[in-house]
Amino acid sequence: MLKRSASKKQVSSGLPLAAKWRRDWQMVLLMIPGVVFLLLFFYLPVLGNVVAFQDFQPYLGIMHSEWNGLQNFLSLYDNPDFWDALRNTLLLAGVQLLLFFPVPIGLALIVDSLVSNRLRRWFQTIAYLPHFLSWVLVVTLFQQSLGGAGFINNLLRHAGLDPIPFMTNPDTFPLLVVAQLIWKDAGWAMIIFLAALTTVDVSLYEAAAADGAGRWRRMWHITLPSLRTVIVLLLILRIGDILSVGFEQFILQRDSVGPGAAEVLDTFTYYAGVVGGDWSSGAAAGLAKGVVGALLLWGANSLAHRLGEPGIFQRRS
Amino acid sequence: MRPVWKENPSPGYQAIKGVILGGFALVIVVPILVVISTSLASDKDIIDAGGYVLWPSHPTLKAYQTLFSGGLMGRAIMVSVFVTLVGTAIALAVTIALAYATSRPVLFGRPVLLMVLFTLLFAPGIIPMFLVVKQLGLLDSLWSLILPGALGAFNFVVLRTFFMNVPGELLESARIDGASDFTILRQIIMPLSKAVIAVVGLFYAVGFWNAFFNALLYLNDTSKWPVQVILRTYVLQGKSLSADQLGVEPLPQPQSLQMAVVVVALVPIAMVYPFLQRHFTKGVITGAVKG
Repeated sequence: MLKRSASKKQVSSGLPLAAKWRRDWQMVLLMIPGVVFLLLFFYLPVLGNVVAFQDFQPYLGIMHSEWNGLQNFLSLYDNPDFWDALRNTLLLAGVQLLLFFPVPIGLALIVDSLVSNRLRRWFQTIAYLPHFLSWVLVVTLFQQSLGGAGFINNLLRHAGLDPIPFMTNPDTFPLLVVAQLIWKDAGWAMIIFLAALTTVDVSLYEAAAADGAGRWRRMWHITLPSLRTVIVLLLILRIGDILSVGFEQFILQRDSVGPGAAEVLDTFTYYAGVVGGDWSSGAAAGLAKGVVGALLLWGANSLAHRLGEPGIFQRRS
Repeated sequence: MRPVWKENPSPGYQAIKGVILGGFALVIVVPILVVISTSLASDKDIIDAGGYVLWPSHPTLKAYQTLFSGGLMGRAIMVSVFVTLVGTAIALAVTIALAYATSRPVLFGRPVLLMVLFTLLFAPGIIPMFLVVKQLGLLDSLWSLILPGALGAFNFVVLRTFFMNVPGELLESARIDGASDFTILRQIIMPLSKAVIAVVGLFYAVGFWNAFFNALLYLNDTSKWPVQVILRTYVLQGKSLSADQLGVEPLPQPQSLQMAVVVVALVPIAMVYPFLQRHFTKGVITGAVKG
């Protein structure tokens, strides 16, 4: 994905620094605003994670708060709420991976098999739209459709049936979350598979068909193998993202479902730290999450390399 | 045209495909339609239908008139529009400059590139972010909704990949004619990448318009709330819009008022969507794959 080799070979290494500066000073000037943003709103907060090792008091600030080593992490270890949040995060991420991931692939295969271009464009236009709607809007639409006073339950009541608590039942919450994710992003996720499908050499299909391979065998032996690189790539990204399961989606529904089912690591961080005022515990949870997430991404990427796939961060050759 | 080697699909198989795709499309379209219809429905429509309306038989703009007669919604729209426009302009300027400067082999190019790519791997966390924004004195300021989002790594990668594909000879010949890097960026690179820049700009704009959590985190002052927070408070959490926030009596059915709020959040996206849809496939695929 990220071409690193291209910029390497032409760096005119022979020039002294002063000559390079004379040649490139305008380019360096163009970098400055971006670098300032990165330093202020990425690297400074990264350093700010030191509050995870402090007994942080807002009125004392980072400079004067007392250091307490790993105390915050130890108290997280003893905090059942943290373990609940971790368990929910992993459960929800697992359910998402299992139930969401195959949907866009399936949709892409069906759309790709449509012969009519008009039909295909129509479907794509509708399916991509929800990706651009905010989570507030998506959760609101779900609430208006499936909520206690929503129109599905209105219909049920008119028909003399009992309403179903889709939006507030903690036991079915993982399914609700996946349904929302599919509604919002399955169409959009399809885009990348559709693009990969257009690169498949049609003569492969033709030759296979001439040799007597039916629809399903062509799909199994030609279509799916040609999607493999993309599938691996997206799996890596999902695994790297596994601890982040959609923060806004959960914070919006934590009230209606209750923290027992909807508390994830990010909401735990927010409620313990910003709302509860226990800044250090929040920061410790956030830092643990960030580090583990980066390790997961790294690990998944190396695994992909070992399996002979390009992955996301390419090795320099 | 169906290629000769492709067998004609059986009717059963076609029916299954139709049901899956048609069902998926309906599930997306119907809720949006019901929301729009209900926002336009008269009180009588809503009472007759018992809540939600599929098709308003007496369409009226009363809900919108009521909504806009009070200060609440108008103010929220101003906030969201300001954040979206200013945020997109700043973000585009910063991202274009950085993407161009790192797309060529120049001094400091590599370390700066790695600085950006590292942001894809690790997120700094909510608490340190909050502390930094507070330390910079941005709490309760609209800049807290703009500045932290001014450089998206994904958008950066999309633009940089595109800029890298502009042939070096073109820039070289401009340089021989005496053009500075600024001139090259303004007169060669940007005109060549208009479509990609437009798509990235729209991605930023959609992001700024849709952002919700930033406002929850950084703004205590309710008069600075953007549209998404209003939507959450008055529709999702069901806090009722009182008469003094709206100014007009008698109020229309709360249902249609709430749905009008939903439509207000939806309309700008619906307006830019046709344009986005025409170009984003290219933008997304030239850049990279993320989420």
